[in-house]
Amino acid sequence: MSLRDLPGARERRVATGGIELCVIELGDAARPTIVLVHGYPDSKEVWTQVARQLAEQWHVVLYDVRGHGRSTAPVPLRGGFTLEKLTDDFLAVADAVSPDRPVHVVGHDWGSVQAWEFATVSRTEGRIASFTSMSGPSLDHFGHWIKQRMTRPTPRRVGQLLGQGAKSWYVYMLHTPVLPELAWRGPLGKRWPRILERLEKVPPGDYPTPSLPDDAAHGAWLYRDNVRSRLRRPRADAFAHVPVQLITPTGDIFLSEQLYDGLDAWVPQLTRRSLPAKHWVPRTRPDQLASWIGEFAAVNETALRDGVPVRDTAPQGAYADRFGGQLVLVTGAAGGIGRATAFAFAEAGARVVVVDRDAEGASRTAELARLIGAPAAWAETVDVSDEQAMEKLAEKVAAEYGIVDVLVNNAGIGISGSFLETSTEEWRRVLDVNLWGVIHGCRLFGKQMADRGQGGHIVNTASAAAYQPSRALPAYSTSKAAVLMLSECLRAELAEKSIGVSAICPGIVNTNITATTRFAGTDAAEEQRLRKRTSKLYGMRNYPPEKVADAILRAVVRNQAVVPVTPESHGARFLSRLSPGALRAAARLKPPL
Amino acid sequence: MVSRVKDERAPELQGFREVQRLAYACAEAVAARLKPGVTEREAARMQREWLRERGVRDWFHLPFAWFGDRTAFAGFKVPLQFFPTDRRLEPGMPFILDMAPVYKGFTADIGYSGCLGLHPLHDRLLADLEAHRALILSEVRERRPLREIYEDVERLMIRQGYANRHRAYPFGVIAHKVDRVAERRWSPHVFGFGTQSLKGLLSDAVHGHRDGWSPLWSPYRFSDHPPQPGLWAVEPHLGFRGTGAKFEEILVVTDSRDPEQSAFWLDDDLPHVRRWAEERVAA
Ligand SMILES: NC(=O)c1ccc[n+]([C@@H]2O[C@H](COP(=O)([O-])OP(=O)(O)OC[C@H]3O[C@@H](n4cnc5c(N)ncnc54)[C@H](O)[C@@H]3O)[C@@H](O)[C@H]2O)c1
Repeated sequence: MSLRDLPGARERRVATGGIELCVIELGDAARPTIVLVHGYPDSKEVWTQVARQLAEQWHVVLYDVRGHGRSTAPVPLRGGFTLEKLTDDFLAVADAVSPDRPVHVVGHDWGSVQAWEFATVSRTEGRIASFTSMSGPSLDHFGHWIKQRMTRPTPRRVGQLLGQGAKSWYVYMLHTPVLPELAWRGPLGKRWPRILERLEKVPPGDYPTPSLPDDAAHGAWLYRDNVRSRLRRPRADAFAHVPVQLITPTGDIFLSEQLYDGLDAWVPQLTRRSLPAKHWVPRTRPDQLASWIGEFAAVNETALRDGVPVRDTAPQGAYADRFGGQLVLVTGAAGGIGRATAFAFAEAGARVVVVDRDAEGASRTAELARLIGAPAAWAETVDVSDEQAMEKLAEKVAAEYGIVDVLVNNAGIGISGSFLETSTEEWRRVLDVNLWGVIHGCRLFGKQMADRGQGGHIVNTASAAAYQPSRALPAYSTSKAAVLMLSECLRAELAEKSIGVSAICPGIVNTNITATTRFAGTDAAEEQRLRKRTSKLYGMRNYPPEKVADAILRAVVRNQAVVPVTPESHGARFLSRLSPGALRAAARLKPPL
Repeated sequence: MVSRVKDERAPELQGFREVQRLAYACAEAVAARLKPGVTEREAARMQREWLRERGVRDWFHLPFAWFGDRTAFAGFKVPLQFFPTDRRLEPGMPFILDMAPVYKGFTADIGYSGCLGLHPLHDRLLADLEAHRALILSEVRERRPLREIYEDVERLMIRQGYANRHRAYPFGVIAHKVDRVAERRWSPHVFGFGTQSLKGLLSDAVHGHRDGWSPLWSPYRFSDHPPQPGLWAVEPHLGFRGTGAKFEEILVVTDSRDPEQSAFWLDDDLPHVRRWAEERVAA
C-alpha cells in the first residue's frame, strides 16, 4: 500500500526557495507532530510502515526531499542541495504543518545527516522537540572524528579510520561526475530492488518507487554539495540543542559503530539504541522503530511539559540500548535463573512476560520487575508442558502485549537417579517439561517471530549435563542434550529470518532446583535427605543465578550459539571436544551423596 | 539473669528500652538532617555527637552509615568495607544508619533504613521486612533451633525475590546477644567495637561453648540450638540489586513456658513498626 492510500492521508505542496515540496500528513493534526525525513537513494515511501504505525498516536508528516519523489528539483542542481537549503526546506515544512509547536524529527541515512544540521544550528531552536537519528552521522562530527584520528594516529584509531574509509567507498563513487547518473538511470536503477532484497533483506513490495533512478541521480548532489566542504572544515559549534535518540543498526555495512564513540561530547542529552539489523531499518524493522520513535517522542513531550531532562528517567541497566522497550518472555521465572533473567531484562528497560506454574512467585517477579525499570511486566500462570495452555498463552501475548522480541525457554525440573531405577512416568514428566516445554515455546512464539519477519531471539536453557554424561543424571541429561541439539538446528533454520537462537549451559548454580529435584528409586525420607544434601553442596558452590542472567543477555546481544557459564561448565565443554574419554571415565563415578 | 527478663516491666528491661529508644531517636534526628552531599563519615559523626551530647560514653560498636548500593553491601569482601567512607548521599539514594550505644550500662544495637526522596523499590523492601519480624518471633516462641530459623528467614527472603545480606556480616549473623556493660571511666574501642562489650560477648562465647550454645546467631553448626534466654539484637537485612534495607532491635528471650512470655520484642513503638501500622491503615 502506498503512502497516499493510507487512511486519512492528506497531501499538500509547500513552496520554498524556488522549489515545491510534496508533503503528506497522517493522523490527527491536533496531536504533537513527528516529521520523518528519508535518505538516499530513497523517497518518503521508505517510511510507509513506520508512518502507518505512528499515525495511530501522532500527527505524522513526511516529505520528499528536494529533487526526490514528487518534490521538484532545484535549477541548477549544483549548489542546490546544501545543508543550509535543506534546513530552509525543513523549516518551511515545520511551519506549514505545526506552526505553534516544536516537532519531533526522525531521519534515516541522508535524512539523518540533514537532521543533524537541523538539530545543531541555532536558527531552528524552539522548532524541534527531539531528534531520532539512524544511520546518518553529522558531517561536522564526522569531520572532527577523522581529524582527531589523523592528528593522533594510534594503531586503533588508524584501524577505525581505515575501517570506515572502506565502508565509504560509495561516497567516493558519487563524487565522480556523470557516471553515477548514468549508472542509476541505466543498469543500477533497474537492479536496485533486487540488490536491496538480496543483500539488505528488504522485503519486496511497492518500494523502491518508480522515481528511483531520478531520485538517485539528483541525490548525488547531496554528497557533492556538502561532503567535501564539511569534512574539510567541520563546524566547531555543532552541539545538539535538542535531546537525541541514536539508533545504530549493528549490521550496517555503510557505517561503523565507532563513528559515534565521542558523541556524548556533542549531545548533552543522548539516548543510545542498538538494533541487530542492516542499513535499511525503516523497511526491515518498522515495528521496533515505530515503538522507539513513539516512546522517545512521548518521553520528551512529558519532559517538555514537566521540565525534567530525559536522561534522568532512562533505564540504566546493561544493554539498555539494545533491550529498552522490547518484549521479553521468560518461562520458569518465579525463581532461580528465570527470575534473575527477568530482572536483568527489566533493568535494561524491557517489557517482561513472566511465565511460571507458580502463580505467586510469578506475580512477585513481575511486581519487582516493574520497580526496577520494566515499563510493564505481566505474570502468566502456565505449565509449559501443557500444549493447549501454551497455545492460549501465545494467543493472549500476541493479542495483548505484542510479538515477543526475545523468548527465554528456561522452565525446567531436575531428576536424578540411575536409569534402571527411573520409571517411565518419571521419564515422561522430565521430558514433558524440559524438552516439550521448549518445543512448545519455540513452535508458538518462534512462529510469531518468523511471521512478523523483523528478527528476534530465542534462548533455551540447556545444561552442562547436555555434553557431560553421568550415571547420576541420565534422564535430565538426555532432556538437556535434546534441548541443545534442538537449539542448534533451529539456529540454522531461523538464521535467514534474522532470528538468533542460543543454548545456555549454566553448570552448578545456587537455586531452588535442588530442593525440588526428584531422586528416582528413593522413598520420601531418603529423597528429602538427598535434596538437603545437594542443596547444601550447591550452596557451598554458591554460583549466583544473576551471573547466568548476565550471560543470557550477552548471548542475545552477541548472538552466541552455545554458552557455557560457570568454569566447570566451560571445562566440561572443553573436555567433551578435546578428550571425551576423560568425561566418559568421570561419568562412571558415583556422586558422593 | 534469666528471671530478670521475665517480667516485662522489670527495671532492667526499662533500661534497655530507654537506650534503644534513644538510639532510634538519634537515627530519626540524623536522618532528618541528611542532605545531598553529606558523606557516610559525616553521617556517622552526626550520630556519635548526637548520642554523646545525651550522655552516651561507651559503645557496643561505633555508628555506621551506608549509602547507595553500600546499603546492599555490594562488592563487600573484607570487614573493613563496613566502615564509613566518603561516599556522598545523592537524591533518591537509600541509606542505613546502624549504631550500638551503651547508656547507663545498658546496650542497644539498632538499624534504621531510609531514603533521600522517593524510592518505590526501597518502600517495597521496607514493607517486606515486616514478615520477617513476625516469622522470627513465632519460630523463637516455638523454640526452633536458631540455625533453622535462620534458614527459614533466608528462604522467605529468596521467595520474596531478595538476597540475604546479613550473610555479609562477620560469621553471617542475623543476630547477636547484647547485655549490660560495666561503666568504666575509660573504655577504648578496637576496630569500632567497645572493649567492655567485646569482653561480655567473649565471656558469653566461652560459657556458651561449654554448654552448647553461642551468642552469635549464625547459619553454622554452632547455632544449632534452641533460643538461649537473654537479649538478642536481631538484624534481618534484605538486598536487591544495589538497594538494601534492614531493621535491628532487641528480642527478649526468657525461659518461661508461656509462649507469649517466652519471647517478645522489647519495644513495639519503633519507627519501622509504626510505619507498617500506618501503611495498613492507609491501605
Ligand atoms: N541450577 C542449576 O544448577 C542449573 C544448571 C543447569 C541448568 N539449569 C536449568 O536452568 C533452568 C532454571 O532452573 P533453576 O536452577 O532456576 O531452577 P528453579 O527450580 O529455581 O526454577 C525453575 C522454575 O521453573 C518453574 N517450572 C518448573 N516446571 C515448570 C512447568 N512445567 N511450567 C512452568 N514453570 C515451571 C518452577 O516453578 C521454577 O520457578 C532449568 O531449565 C534448569 O534445568 C539449572
